[in-house]
Amino acid sequence: MSVKLTEEMLAALPDARGHFGAFGGRFVSETLMDSLMTLEQEYMRLKKDPEFQAAFDKDLADYVGRPSPLYFAERLTRETGGAQIWLKREDLNHTGAHKVNNTIGQALLASFLGKTRIIAETGAGQHGVATATVCARLGLECHVFMGADDVQRQSLNVYRMKLLGAQVHSVESGSRTLKDAMNDAMRDWVTNVDDTFYIIGTVAGPHPYPLLVRDFQSVIGRETRRQSLEKTGKLPDALVACVGGGSNAIGMFYPFLTDESVQLYGVEAGGHGIDTGEHAAPLCAGRPGVLHGNRTYLMEDDNGQIASTHSVSAGLDYPGVGPEHSWLKDIGRGNYVSVTDDEALEAFRMLTLVEGIMPALESAHAVAYAVKLAAKMDKDQMVVINISGRGDKDIHTVAQLDGIEL
Amino acid sequence: MSRIEGVLQTLKGQGRKALIPFITAGDPHPDETVGLMHTMVDAGVDIIELGVPFSDPMADGPVIQLACERALKQGTSLRRVLAMVSEFRKTNDTTPVVLMGYLNPIEAMGYEAFADAAVNAGVDGILTVDLPPEEADDIAPLFSHRGLDPIFLLAPTTTDERIRAIAGHSSGYVYYVSFKGVTGAAKINVDEVAEKVAHIHELTALPVGVGFGIRDAETAAAVGRVSDGVIVGSVLVDTIARNQADIDALKRALTDLLNPMREALDGLAS
Ligand SMILES: Cc1ncc(COP(=O)(O)O)c(C=O)c1O
Repeated sequence: MSVKLTEEMLAALPDARGHFGAFGGRFVSETLMDSLMTLEQEYMRLKKDPEFQAAFDKDLADYVGRPSPLYFAERLTRETGGAQIWLKREDLNHTGAHKVNNTIGQALLASFLGKTRIIAETGAGQHGVATATVCARLGLECHVFMGADDVQRQSLNVYRMKLLGAQVHSVESGSRTLKDAMNDAMRDWVTNVDDTFYIIGTVAGPHPYPLLVRDFQSVIGRETRRQSLEKTGKLPDALVACVGGGSNAIGMFYPFLTDESVQLYGVEAGGHGIDTGEHAAPLCAGRPGVLHGNRTYLMEDDNGQIASTHSVSAGLDYPGVGPEHSWLKDIGRGNYVSVTDDEALEAFRMLTLVEGIMPALESAHAVAYAVKLAAKMDKDQMVVINISGRGDKDIHTVAQLDGIEL
Repeated sequence: MSRIEGVLQTLKGQGRKALIPFITAGDPHPDETVGLMHTMVDAGVDIIELGVPFSDPMADGPVIQLACERALKQGTSLRRVLAMVSEFRKTNDTTPVVLMGYLNPIEAMGYEAFADAAVNAGVDGILTVDLPPEEADDIAPLFSHRGLDPIFLLAPTTTDERIRAIAGHSSGYVYYVSFKGVTGAAKINVDEVAEKVAHIHELTALPVGVGFGIRDAETAAAVGRVSDGVIVGSVLVDTIARNQADIDALKRALTDLLNPMREALDGLAS
């Protein structure tokens, strides 16, 4: 089933209760409802406020360094022997990933709401770093929750956050990864709801988060659309982005949703392989359920307990996904696929060697799939990969897999 | 009239307050839960809130998080919790049982299938922490049509407009969360609770139970004075954790905790 989307249809989503079709919504305990409703009202107002938008655009230009380039990966294209491969260089943003687009926007929101204390969850640490960064700039108190396992495998980012003045809380409960960090962030929020703004790092969570994070990240797709027209005179044939919670992917996809000719590929973490059960690919192998405030595809057992996930990339190691992706999957607009740890690591090396661009392991998932896809496409076609972040933070992980002690 | 309404009306007629314990089903082991329920009934409780363990209990502090982990490790599932209630009902058909937990295990089982099974097992009320009434339009009627009371939370942050709307979706009682925070935190402010509960009473005729932060006879009496019942959770769950190796000692410890609370609450009546 595939539906032709129109601007009118998109304008009506999410609906007043934050639903994208059967997905999304606001499934939180009562204490948070008032805050979420205030946030929604304020955001809906500021969304149309030229002053707010101008402040956001200015920060994206002068602080983040936007627009990020759309780069033709000539050698990678030659080696692949198929469609032209272009890279959207979110890795060149300040702090090294797309995450900062969203933290700039939400920190601005927090200051408009008069909140002085910021909390965030993080997996790979990129969102934590991006949050700590905007807090340092605005002089806001910053607390970052991070699963104990992720604190281990992303120690560089932990130290970066501390240098930026943030307090990093290592979360020992549950599976000690991103979902548990999000649980603890929610617990902190419910406790300190009066003065605290929760900067969620992806398009998950209760309404209005999936909406506002998507809006802030859509700059990626808007630029890509314009740059593609400028540089090639046409729209890309396919967009490829990795999907953890799905913020870099929705940011890339959203401005193209009504362009039927543009195929959308979201690449989930296949871990050790979908059939091993050790992966983080809810859209490929999960089913709908409710977690962290929204209804979406989840990895869970038959009893509705959330399954533990595995990915070599901490930023993709999450059992849920943003509800808008669940909707795009069900209406057939988005194609959701997966690549394994090994394929992602191979792509990490390939892009580094062939283009001199070291992608984050998250982004390497998109590279791995895009190369397979491009190889099957015509030479006059065009694929854009969202390089959501740079790979410096992952050098330890890669070295360890190589048996090298740094 | 539902079993919950009956019990609360009788108590009201007697000028007494409900003592409502919460324990996590399956903790320390699924085979022990029914025995613990009977122990609590013998200690004078009026309604039992039975926690359905969930892998990601976002509204709970460490004490109940760990209880969930223990229960899940022992193979507790929603179906197994329903079986516990059936077992309990073999010898007790008077004490109401409310299942309290998170939405996803119910969603995974299927709402209709769950509602049917809950009625068959002898469950009386359903409280899902992460289901606000806005999302309950399709779900709550499946419960109420079968005679299960949908019980919703009210919080210090709940506006008057929402209090009315939430009460409109609820039956049995409403559960007032005494402070902004997770279960097990110790920051209850009795004056604030008194003020808010009095206000809730102006907006709804439903009985108001107050939970979060009640840990002994003193806090139970203070909160019982201004509400229709008190819900006691983390202190019981913590007692279970500390006595999990010796079930008889555990039952004595639960009784020793609940007896003074019962006496303190009944002391308010005279
Ligand atoms: C570089 C990078 N890409 C992607 C992700 C995954 O998040 P999302 O799916 O929200 O883009 C992360 C998360 O930490 C990340 O750091």
